Amino acid sequence: MRSSAVKVQINPELCQGHGRCYDLAPGLFGDDEEGYGRVLSDGAVPPEAERDARLAVLNCPEHAVELLEEG
Amino acid sequence: MAVDDRFSFQTPETGEDELVGTRSEIITGPVADWATDFSHLEPEWSADPYPIQDDLRQRCPIARTERFGGAWLPTRYDDVAAIAYDTDRFSSRSIILSNFRPPRELAPIGGSPPISSDPPFHRDARKLLLPAFTKKVVARQEPATRAFCHSLIDSLAGRDVVDAAHDYAQHIPMRVIADMLGFPPQDGPQFREFVEDLLEGINLPPDDRVERVSRLFDYLLAQVHDHLDQPREDLTTYLIDAELYGRKLDPSVVTGAMALLLIAGIDTSWSAIGASLWHLAKTPGDRDRLVAEPGLLPTAMEEFLRAYAPVTMARLVKQDMHWHGVDMKAEDWILLSFPAANRDPAQFDRADEVVIDREVNRHAAFGLGIHRCVGSHLARMELRVALEVWLERIPAFTLDDPGAVTWSAGQIRGPRTLPLRIG
Repeated sequence: MRSSAVKVQINPELCQGHGRCYDLAPGLFGDDEEGYGRVLSDGAVPPEAERDARLAVLNCPEHAVELLEEG
Repeated sequence: MAVDDRFSFQTPETGEDELVGTRSEIITGPVADWATDFSHLEPEWSADPYPIQDDLRQRCPIARTERFGGAWLPTRYDDVAAIAYDTDRFSSRSIILSNFRPPRELAPIGGSPPISSDPPFHRDARKLLLPAFTKKVVARQEPATRAFCHSLIDSLAGRDVVDAAHDYAQHIPMRVIADMLGFPPQDGPQFREFVEDLLEGINLPPDDRVERVSRLFDYLLAQVHDHLDQPREDLTTYLIDAELYGRKLDPSVVTGAMALLLIAGIDTSWSAIGASLWHLAKTPGDRDRLVAEPGLLPTAMEEFLRAYAPVTMARLVKQDMHWHGVDMKAEDWILLSFPAANRDPAQFDRADEVVIDREVNRHAAFGLGIHRCVGSHLARMELRVALEVWLERIPAFTLDDPGAVTWSAGQIRGPRTLPLRIG
């Protein structure tokens, strides 16, 4: 099975459009027309982007970015 | 086509509308005890507020003052965040703490929407502005901003000592916001007066304040008329044409939003650029490292924003309540210090140090919750470009006279005199 062990998601209830996720991990996150963060593609994080993903999580002022570690 | 006559009213002579609120006694002078008598307008606070905040966080984390008709100052990150998120109990009806409380009926719109707005109006007013301030849209301003920064540095040629606040930092956001609003670029010096009137003249007699505020709105109205005559692709025309709930905006909402963009866009970035240069001038190790490693600048910049966050907001308590150990009364002010939150050791390791390679930096310089600074992407672009150009052109610089550095008073804090030796 070809699925990544790590995924990112944004909680739209918490996101306020600070943009730290798309600043720090532009390969994983982008913005919508109002500047709110959105996950590009399906959120699967390739191993080489894992560090960026963790930085995006840890730098979100609203705690809106989540990392899901699957088994 | 119908003529747009929304803006053809006479402005009230003495700003009658503003007089319906509540005035409190103006109290100035040295602070007796910061826990019970704080004032962010006293020189001790302007010069260096951080030891005061650190002390309060230890011994009285929600400080009180009877000045301004009564106000509270929380210094812990958790308390600042809780207030920023709690729009049910804390109103943004006035976000500049002063001796005048605007009438309660001003909520939920407030005088300068959306920063002064509460839900539910807030969300709709904010939606109007957000698309104009996304990272992608403000990136269009970057080439002109960079060229302008270079032209400012060019103008310093031949001088050994320059005032980086006066000759460099202040001009950058003035030019950018004038371009975005479609105001004449040569009006910059006037903007500076408006900013000082609104943000620093807090303890002036109320009639003086009203007079100064009406000067700003007269200017904005003249710009509106100029844009009605000659519509163009800028934020002023955008706001004139914008619709909310199926109709064009109330004229006070148009000029209020323009005032917000003008005032909030200038002092803040000016302060952030100046404080960053001040830090680098007195910290040669950090300066040399950034010159050698320009790729570190985005990370370092976030640290400057954390450690020298320029912006403090205000809230008004809606109802009497017991809150986190203190008895708040309706209409008490809250001085919502994001700078204090950003230096809380419970939230940040080495909170009192500037660590330019700090990778995890969940700071609150642009606020938290629904009022996140709408111009944060613009501010970050301005700060990054201003520092990139300065470090590229003037890699060696020091404080000419540390004692000559002066800082603004009030809720927006940054250097206003910053003599640097560049020769």
